[in-house]
Amino acid sequence: MASKFRSDLTKERTRAAWVFMLPTLLVISFVAGWPLLRTIWFSFTDASLSNMSAAQFTAFENFEFLFKDSSWGTAVKNTLYFAVISVALETVLGLVIALVLNSQIKGKGLLRTAVLIPWAIPTIVSAKMWGWMLHDVYGVINDMLIWVGFIQQPIAWAADPKLAMISVILVDVWKTTPFMALLLLAGLQLMPQECFEAARVDGIHPIRVFWRVTLPLLKPAIIVAVIFRSLDAMRVFDLIYVLTGGSSETMSMSVYARQQLFDFQNVGVGSAASTLLFLMIGLFTIIFLLFGGIKGDKIK
Amino acid sequence: MKKLLIGLLFLGLIVGGYFYFADGEDNSDNDAVTITCGMVGLEHKTCKEGVALWEKKTGKKAKILPAPNGSNERLTIFQQYLAAGDASIDVYQVDVVWPGLLENHLEDLKKYIPQEELDTYIPTLIENNTVNGRLVAMPWFIQVGFMYYRKDLLEKYNRPVPQTWEEMEETAKIIMEGEKKTGDNIWGYVFQGKAYEGLTCNALEMMNSTKDGGTIIDHKGKITLNNSQAAGVINRLSRWIGTIAPEGVLNYEQEDCRGIFQSGKAVFMRNWPYAWPLLNSDDSPVKGKIGIAPLPKGGKDGHHTGVLGGWNLALSKYSKRKEDAADLIRFLTGKKELRRRAIVGGYFPTIESLYNDKDIVAANPLMKIMKKVLKTITARPGGQTGSKYSQVSSVFWNSVHKTLSKNGTAEENFATAAEKLNSLSKNGTKWY
Repeated sequence: MASKFRSDLTKERTRAAWVFMLPTLLVISFVAGWPLLRTIWFSFTDASLSNMSAAQFTAFENFEFLFKDSSWGTAVKNTLYFAVISVALETVLGLVIALVLNSQIKGKGLLRTAVLIPWAIPTIVSAKMWGWMLHDVYGVINDMLIWVGFIQQPIAWAADPKLAMISVILVDVWKTTPFMALLLLAGLQLMPQECFEAARVDGIHPIRVFWRVTLPLLKPAIIVAVIFRSLDAMRVFDLIYVLTGGSSETMSMSVYARQQLFDFQNVGVGSAASTLLFLMIGLFTIIFLLFGGIKGDKIK
Repeated sequence: MKKLLIGLLFLGLIVGGYFYFADGEDNSDNDAVTITCGMVGLEHKTCKEGVALWEKKTGKKAKILPAPNGSNERLTIFQQYLAAGDASIDVYQVDVVWPGLLENHLEDLKKYIPQEELDTYIPTLIENNTVNGRLVAMPWFIQVGFMYYRKDLLEKYNRPVPQTWEEMEETAKIIMEGEKKTGDNIWGYVFQGKAYEGLTCNALEMMNSTKDGGTIIDHKGKITLNNSQAAGVINRLSRWIGTIAPEGVLNYEQEDCRGIFQSGKAVFMRNWPYAWPLLNSDDSPVKGKIGIAPLPKGGKDGHHTGVLGGWNLALSKYSKRKEDAADLIRFLTGKKELRRRAIVGGYFPTIESLYNDKDIVAANPLMKIMKKVLKTITARPGGQTGSKYSQVSSVFWNSVHKTLSKNGTAEENFATAAEKLNSLSKNGTKWY
C-alpha cells in the first residue's frame, strides 16, 4: 500500500515536471531545433542566398565538394589545432589560478572579481582591442617588448599566418582562462575538507597532496570544464575573423561556413559545413562522456 | 494571492508598455525612408548632409543606418536583410561589383528616373549596373586607387615622383636608408594587403599596369590569371614585404594604411581618394607635406591605371515606400548633390560633365588626375562572373596573400588558383 502510494506520488511529480518543462522545451525546439533541422536539410540541397525558394535536392554533392576543397581541410586542421592548444593552456593556467584563489589570502574577493574581467568583455571587443595592441607599427605590445629588450624589431603579430594563429590562441587564453578558473574553483570549494585535514595531520608534503588528493578529487570538475571549453573552442569565429579576416590560411570551420553561406551565397555548402561541425562537436561530447570516466549523475 | 496580483500587474505593465512604445516608434518611422551609408572617412557626414537637404526639399523624413567599413561585412549584412525579404531598409549603398550578386532583390530604377537623365552618367557605370536589361542601381560616386607620396621627403632626397613601380621601389629604399641615419624609422610603401576584397584591387591594378600582364579573367570569361608576367608582379610585391613594406600590411585595410601614412611613418601609400581630404585636414601631422599621383606604370611600356571602385544606391524590392525611396536615390545621385559632394567631400562624380566644372576642379586637384585615369581604368571581373564574383575574388586574394606571406611562389599559387577557377566555371565557359 505504501509503495503504491509512493509510486502515485512519483508519477504525479513526473507529470508536474513535464508540465513545467514544456514551455522551455517548446522554446528550445523553436530557437534551436527548427534552425538545426533546417540547416541539415539545406546541406542536402543547392540552395543559394539569392533565391532560397529554388533549392533542389542534391543528395551528398555538398559534402563531396567539401572533402575535395583544400580550404575546408585547412579549416578543420586550424580548428583542431586551435581547440587543442588553447584548451590545454587554459586548463593548466585556470587550475593554477583556481588554486591561488582557493587559498586563504587577503583581498580574495577583489581578486576573484578582477580575474573575471577578461571574461566579461565581449569577444568582439577584446579581439579588436588586441588587434590594436598587437599592431606592428603603433601597437603597445611591440613597444613594450622593445623597451624591455626582448626584441629589436617590431613583430607583425597578426600578419604571418603561423604567427597569427599563435596570437589568436594567446588572446583566447587571456580571455577564457578566467572561465576555466571559475569552474575549477567551484570544484575545489565542493571538496571534502577531511581529506586535506588528514593529509596535514599525517605531515604529507603539499605537492604530494596536490597529485594524490586534489587532482583525483577534482577530476570530474576538470572534465566538465574541458568539455565546455572544447565545444566552445571548436566553434571559434569572432577572434579569428576580427584578427585575420578572410584568409584561408587561418580560417576556422565556422569562418569557412560563414564565407560559403554569405560571401559566396552557397547556402547548401555552408550548411553542409555547419552540419559537419555540429557532428564533430557531437562526436567529441560522446567520446568525452564515454571515456572521461564520469557518469551523468556526477555532472552537476 | 497578493503576490500573484502584483506579478500580473507587472506583467501587464511590461506588455502594455511594449505595445505602447513599440507602437509609438512605429508610427514615427512609418513614412521615414531608411538608407544605409558607409562610415569610411567623411562618408557618414556627407551622406547625412545630403539626406537633410532632401528632407528640407520634400518635407519627408529619412533615417540613416550606418553600414560596416569592410565591404565584405557590409555585403554579408545586406544579404541577410535581403534574403529575409526585410522591409526595414529601403535604400542600399551597393558596391560596383555587387549588382550581379544582388539583382534578384533590387528594383528596376528605369521606372523612376527618365532616360535623358540617365544618359548624362558615365556610360560604363550604367552598363555595369544594368543586369538583364534592368538598371538595379544608380552610380553615386566612383574611386580608383591612387599613389599618395611625401612631397617633403622626395624634395629632401631630390627624387622625382616615381613613374614606374621600379622607380618607386628605388626611391623608397633611398629614403628609408637616409631617414634611418637620422634615427627616423620610416617605411617605404603601405598598401591594402589583408586577405579581403581590397587586396584583389591592389594586386589586380598592379598586374594590369604592365604591358599585358593582366587580368584574372578576360572580358570573354576565359581565365588568364596563370601567366608569367602577372606572377612576376606578385613575386616582386612579395619581395617588398619586410623590405620596403612592413610585414603588417598582410593585415591592413585602407584605414590601417591611412593611420600609418598620416602619422608620418610611410613614404608612399596606395589608397582610395577618400583619404585625401582627411590627410589634409587641420589635425593631420602630414598636412601640406603630401602629394598624390596616379599609380605607377609597370615598366616603361606599361600604363597608369587603377581599379574602378565605387558605390551605387539601390532600391530594395521589399521596400514599402518605393516612390519616396526612389526619389531620395534620384536626389542623392542627382547632378546638384554630386557637385556638392565633390566639393565638400572630394567624392568623384558619376556624371561626366562635372569633371569640367570649375568649382569642383578648384576644390579638388585630384579631379584632373582622375579624368586622365578614367580612360585606362581597370575593371574587376564582376560582369563576366556575375553571382560567382565573390568566390573568384576570394580565390584570387587568397593566392596573392599566400604568396605575400612567403608561402610558395606566385607561379605555384596562381596555378592552383587557376585550377580552382576552372572547376568553378567549367573551364571558364559557364560562370552563371
